Amino acid sequence: MSGGYIAQQIVNGLILGSMYALVAIGFSMIYGIIRLINFAHGEIIMIGAFLTLGLLQKLQLPFPVAAPLVLIAGAVVGIIIEKGAFRPMRGAPQVTGFIASLGVSIMLQNLGILLLTAQPRNFTFPDYLQSVVQIGLVSFRTIDGVIMASALVLMGGLLFLVHKTRLGMAMRATAENIDVARLMGININRTIMATFAIGSALAAIAGLMWGGKFGQIDPLLGFVPGLKSFVAAVIGGVGSIPGAILGGYILGLSEVLFVGLLPPIYSAFRDAFVFSTLILILLVLPNGILGKKMEDRA
Amino acid sequence: MKRIPLHQIWYFVFVLSGAVFVFIARSTFNEYILSIINFVGIYIILAVSLNITNGFTGLFSLGHPGFMAIGGYMTSVLTFPVAKKAMFLELPGWLSHLALPFLPALLIGGVCASLTAFVIGVPVLRLRGHYLAVATLGFLIIVQVLITNWESVTRGPLGMNGLPALTHLWWVYAWVVITLYVSWKIKFSSYGRSMLAIREDPLAAQCVGTRLFRTRVVSLALGAFFAGIAGGLWAHLVTAITPASFSLVLAFHIVVMVVVGGSGSISGAFVAAVLFSTITELFRPLEESLDAYGIGEILMALILILILIYRPTGIFGTREPGFLTAKST
Repeated sequence: MSGGYIAQQIVNGLILGSMYALVAIGFSMIYGIIRLINFAHGEIIMIGAFLTLGLLQKLQLPFPVAAPLVLIAGAVVGIIIEKGAFRPMRGAPQVTGFIASLGVSIMLQNLGILLLTAQPRNFTFPDYLQSVVQIGLVSFRTIDGVIMASALVLMGGLLFLVHKTRLGMAMRATAENIDVARLMGININRTIMATFAIGSALAAIAGLMWGGKFGQIDPLLGFVPGLKSFVAAVIGGVGSIPGAILGGYILGLSEVLFVGLLPPIYSAFRDAFVFSTLILILLVLPNGILGKKMEDRA
Repeated sequence: MKRIPLHQIWYFVFVLSGAVFVFIARSTFNEYILSIINFVGIYIILAVSLNITNGFTGLFSLGHPGFMAIGGYMTSVLTFPVAKKAMFLELPGWLSHLALPFLPALLIGGVCASLTAFVIGVPVLRLRGHYLAVATLGFLIIVQVLITNWESVTRGPLGMNGLPALTHLWWVYAWVVITLYVSWKIKFSSYGRSMLAIREDPLAAQCVGTRLFRTRVVSLALGAFFAGIAGGLWAHLVTAITPASFSLVLAFHIVVMVVVGGSGSISGAFVAAVLFSTITELFRPLEESLDAYGIGEILMALILILILIYRPTGIFGTREPGFLTAKST
């Protein structure tokens, strides 16, 4: 096993990790603010991927125009889901919201099947994004570079938003204690809506990346990456944004290395590996790496 | 002379009319309708047994299809004819010469599912609420991956087909009655009361001397036993078993039945299972003829969300209809 091979695997892990991290951020933010594990979050990946496909191939928009549109559309979908399904149940037991999100997830998957058919579709980016770049020992396509770079930019922007703006302050306050935040005059509904919008926008962009990375999309593609991103959020510590980013990269790297470095017969077990890790982390380190101690978990 | 209480007469009426229904159904309906009735019965077993875990004790488990898969595969391996075993499977010696009748195979399948529940329950049941749900979901996916890749015993993603068609309506009916009876007995026993107490307030339950952890594990294992039985019945009804059948979508269906019926209500789980599985079966031909797949699922998800918003306790709440319960004097 040469050094080049390992370096290549690490780059692949970082690409996968960028996508997990973007989705995990949304999971973590939404959990942090209303204690909801939003299973429908993975479906936003699917919606983002199909939107990208439509914008690039049906409407023939150039990539730099399409990407921001996907971001905005993701935010809109997030707001609709929050308003339609989760706001009416606010204050209900946690498990209620969780079951509802499972319902929303199944509904979106089947809407996808109904409207777009279950047939997988090919997903191609324009040629200039497909050209292969060679840096030292590793080679990757331009789009992979764009994925990694834009993920970093988006995360940086998010951290700025959360820590340096009024909206970010409101979000942190609401996550800390929703009732006290309301007493301080924070508009809770708007803050929660903004959280859903931001998280969903990031997930939609992850969908764009997913299509570009794997080249094929279908209406069920969002579910497993959504679950894995949740695992990433748990590893990092649910509720913490830096934790979600860290967890995403850790999960992406370890998954790729698990497949790449072990003999091929084990690669079929990658999902079992990911979810055993989840159970183990929940039992041993329930607050994750960077999470704060929270009530009601173990 | 001691009078028989009214509610016990009702039980008798229900069991008898069920049996009459099975008798008439078997002599009049065609294969297709019979198979639908069988599926409805299996769904009743699944919903009522998940209700023991999820409804009584409040353990939100998504792992039910995982237990079902374990029971189903175990039963299938045991009943698979010896001649075919040599052709398709690579089993350890003693197992390859063994072909059991249906009942012991089913029971062994159920017990295996139950034992698995013990083994995973001891670590995982330390988690609460939706963290438990996520962990059991992880368990379900792990079971699926293992079954898919253990090709020498399970034939991997292809699944085992050509199983003997042993399940018929009497089997399903008998197990529906057993499941209902057992969970009814539990609910109205002191053990069931401590389960309900744990669901309502674990701390208070512990204070009055309920064995929190043990009760939780037992209720998971009990639910898993019937899930395993249902898996075996399912496999020998379809005469095939594949890992894809035991998916999260199935878990979702069963959870919807329990929640819509009312967590903790046996009658609720029963009614919701009948309603939903009939709806799904009715929508299947419609979906095929309109070429509009997914409508049934969308409808189910919609009903679930509306119920959660407007009637979060489900149709029956935790209670049973009054005429079925003993009058307190």
